[in-house]
Amino acid sequence: MAESDTPAEPTRRDFLLHAAGAFGVVGVAAAAWPFVDQMNPDASTRAMASVEVDISGVQPGQAITVMWRGKPVVIRNRTEKEIEEGKAVKLDELKDPLARNANADASADATDANRAATGKENILVMTKVCTHLGCIPLDESGEFGGWFCPCHGSVYDTAGRIRKGPAPENLPIPPYAFLTDTKIRIG
Amino acid sequence: MTAKMIRWAAAALAAGIALTTTVASAEEKAQEFPLLKPTRQEWSFAGIFGRYDQAQLQRGYQVYKDVCSSCHSMKLVKFRNLADEGGPGFSEDAVKVLAATYAIEDGPNDVGEMFERPRLPSDPFPSPFANDNAARAANGGALPPDMSLLAKARAVHRGFPWFVFDMFWPYQEQGPDYIASLLTGYQDPPEGVEVPEGTYYNPHFINGISLRMPPPLDDDLVEYSDGTPQTKEQYAQDVSAFLMWAAEPHLDARKELGLKVMLYLIIFAGILYFVKRQVWRGVPH
Amino acid sequence: MSGHSTYVPRTAIGKWFEARLPIVRLLHDTAVSYPTPRNLNALWTFGGILAMMLVVQIVTGIVLAMHYAAESHVAFRSVESIMRDVNWGWLIRYLHANGASMFFIAVYIHIFRGLYYGSYKAPREILWILGVIIYLLMMAAAFMGYVLPWGQMSFWGATVITNFFTALPIVGQPIQTLLIGGFSVDNATLNRFFSLHYLLPFLIAGVVVLHVWALHVVGQNNPLGIDVKSEKDTVPFTPFATSKDVMWIVLFMIFYGWFVFYQPNFLGHPDNYIEANPLATPAHIVPEWYFLPFYAILRAIDFNIGPIDSKLGGVLAMFGAIAVLAFLPWLDTSKVRSGRFRPIFKVAFWVFGVNALFLGYLGSVKTDDIIGGMQAVSWAKLSTLYYFAYFLVILPVLGYIEKPKPLPVSINDAILAKSAASSAH
Repeated sequence: MAESDTPAEPTRRDFLLHAAGAFGVVGVAAAAWPFVDQMNPDASTRAMASVEVDISGVQPGQAITVMWRGKPVVIRNRTEKEIEEGKAVKLDELKDPLARNANADASADATDANRAATGKENILVMTKVCTHLGCIPLDESGEFGGWFCPCHGSVYDTAGRIRKGPAPENLPIPPYAFLTDTKIRIG
Repeated sequence: MTAKMIRWAAAALAAGIALTTTVASAEEKAQEFPLLKPTRQEWSFAGIFGRYDQAQLQRGYQVYKDVCSSCHSMKLVKFRNLADEGGPGFSEDAVKVLAATYAIEDGPNDVGEMFERPRLPSDPFPSPFANDNAARAANGGALPPDMSLLAKARAVHRGFPWFVFDMFWPYQEQGPDYIASLLTGYQDPPEGVEVPEGTYYNPHFINGISLRMPPPLDDDLVEYSDGTPQTKEQYAQDVSAFLMWAAEPHLDARKELGLKVMLYLIIFAGILYFVKRQVWRGVPH
Repeated sequence: MSGHSTYVPRTAIGKWFEARLPIVRLLHDTAVSYPTPRNLNALWTFGGILAMMLVVQIVTGIVLAMHYAAESHVAFRSVESIMRDVNWGWLIRYLHANGASMFFIAVYIHIFRGLYYGSYKAPREILWILGVIIYLLMMAAAFMGYVLPWGQMSFWGATVITNFFTALPIVGQPIQTLLIGGFSVDNATLNRFFSLHYLLPFLIAGVVVLHVWALHVVGQNNPLGIDVKSEKDTVPFTPFATSKDVMWIVLFMIFYGWFVFYQPNFLGHPDNYIEANPLATPAHIVPEWYFLPFYAILRAIDFNIGPIDSKLGGVLAMFGAIAVLAFLPWLDTSKVRSGRFRPIFKVAFWVFGVNALFLGYLGSVKTDDIIGGMQAVSWAKLSTLYYFAYFLVILPVLGYIEKPKPLPVSINDAILAKSAASSAH
């Protein structure tokens, strides 16, 4: 064993050890970040952030589904009846009172108008991923004539709002814009 | 301990010198390619503090687009990269407009047909030929190499003992040096040297005395809008810098982070030295 | 190396845990109270540096595997997408690629330290052989890892190295076909190399545990090469060895960082930035630098030896050059461990070191290059001869003819004598 003549300068030694320790911790923490951040979407994934869709061929009562960021987005041309049904629902009947529309204010009400495209109440653009656990709901099914998720029985109405079942939120509406009357860019 | 280390270092040095002299007396071999080593040039991105020169990268892209891209593909570079940090610094809108001037085949559509659409920033640079065979057929049997990584793939070996010095005074620009030298190195073959039909003599070529690519650059071939001299040498420099960026797009970020990391490590090592000294104080060893 | 543990759990939780799984005691005995000779020099920190490098390689490797695709049509592109698109991908890949080289630099220093101070001698034979096994596994892991980017050097390196096996009579060809899973290196080869490249580091980690275990049974050698005689000869691992190890680890990281940030492609080959092309061999195939000495030995055997043709001879010589290390504890007949006290050995050792560097250089040039008026291949023959003579002739004979200098009585005595001498100055 070494001669125990350590008490020479305990304060100086403590200071050095603490400085080294702090320095080491900061360094390891900084070095860890790249190893975490590498798991985030890479540049090519981020660049694929928008798709353009031509909806000229979608008649009332029809819908098309496109992929956006690896998820299905449904674009539905709603019938008069569906719009009526959507408008007839009172806000206090809704499980989730918020519009969940990326193009509207975060606090906007889930009225039919806030869910449908601005100025085009027949067009509904929605990410078709159940807000419960991520399954894909079926079109034109369920007791509210909208969507029905077969996994755990969530039921959405003709404006894609959750009405029944375990899902907590309305189907989300992605950011989108009309480039022309019949062309939509999602993302 | 220190005396020991000095003796070791001296022994290693002696060994190194012995080796150097052995090798220095090596005779030049007859046909070693390239016949002429690349001419070393000044690069804004050389050295520890080196960074890409944005204006030069833009000019380089112009040369690539107007001249090289008619034969050479650059499949790994996407239009969006032109707007990346540490690159030529195009604006996102400019990139969109630029990309849209090229078409790309996409599909199949709803009825199962392929269709053409304008390129998006996320699409790669267009390739001049449909495939390698088409490229060979159009170029007398020679395949114009893809340019995405050319500046890293054409780093000419400097050989012993230069590589030892390069280790400590970083020289990582062999690739652009090679490309610039090649582009300006075309000349008439010396007396008595036969050049194969359809090839051009160039002593800087890495793989023979001549190559199939005709001299691609000439003065005033590309119009610069920023008043940079429109000479062959300038074009060669600019396009070489651009190719280096294409091959190593994160060079700026790398050197910047490196500075911080090295500084941190050096200070940390200093603290640890004092910790060690303090711990071993009064303990002879 | 007293088997006594000095660990005493202080807290209630510590005592509860200690009674159920004494892992804290194990760590304490291994990394805190473990007595280390007090005269160790900086060369003894390379074990710690190597442990750090193994961790760095495993961590960066696991991360790279999250983005890499082991399929021959996309492998090259997936590596490039790591370099271009993945967040920090360029950093992680350069850390991994240069990390392999740093690993080998550290392991070579570690090995040469062992050679000079006789760390392979009794009672450390098993410790040494475990080290040779780690080295072999490292070479296999490095070789397979180099294939994964699927560049020209990857492809042709894999082709050349798997062709070694065809040198074996009769069974050679079937073995090669079995290894590469086809009649040439292709997608099947790439996939299995990826699988094994992922497995080997964990095998290495396992053998490292054995290596450290064996070390703690027999204790560390030291620059004087004499046994630890009393507690006066040692200091506890923490804080003495730890403070030194950590400092040298950080100094090594500066060296490592220099390459990663400023010379990331210096140790690689430019041709590996060209995608693999089975139709065209690069003009000048060279392995990674850490294999060059063995490559020179392989190429030195260009003549038949009796019934053994040059191809088999080269392969045998190359593997023999590594295998001979495993027999070293019995080939060196000297009773004295440290080269410090062996005047003739010292010379032979340094010639061996320079010779190994020279073999590395010879491995990088063409065999018909002229060096100092002689063909490289002829130099390689001389160098190879010395390489084997060192192990098979010089070390066995020296033990009998060499008169070692007198050894100090104990480590403590030597240190006291040294500090007395330096204070007398």
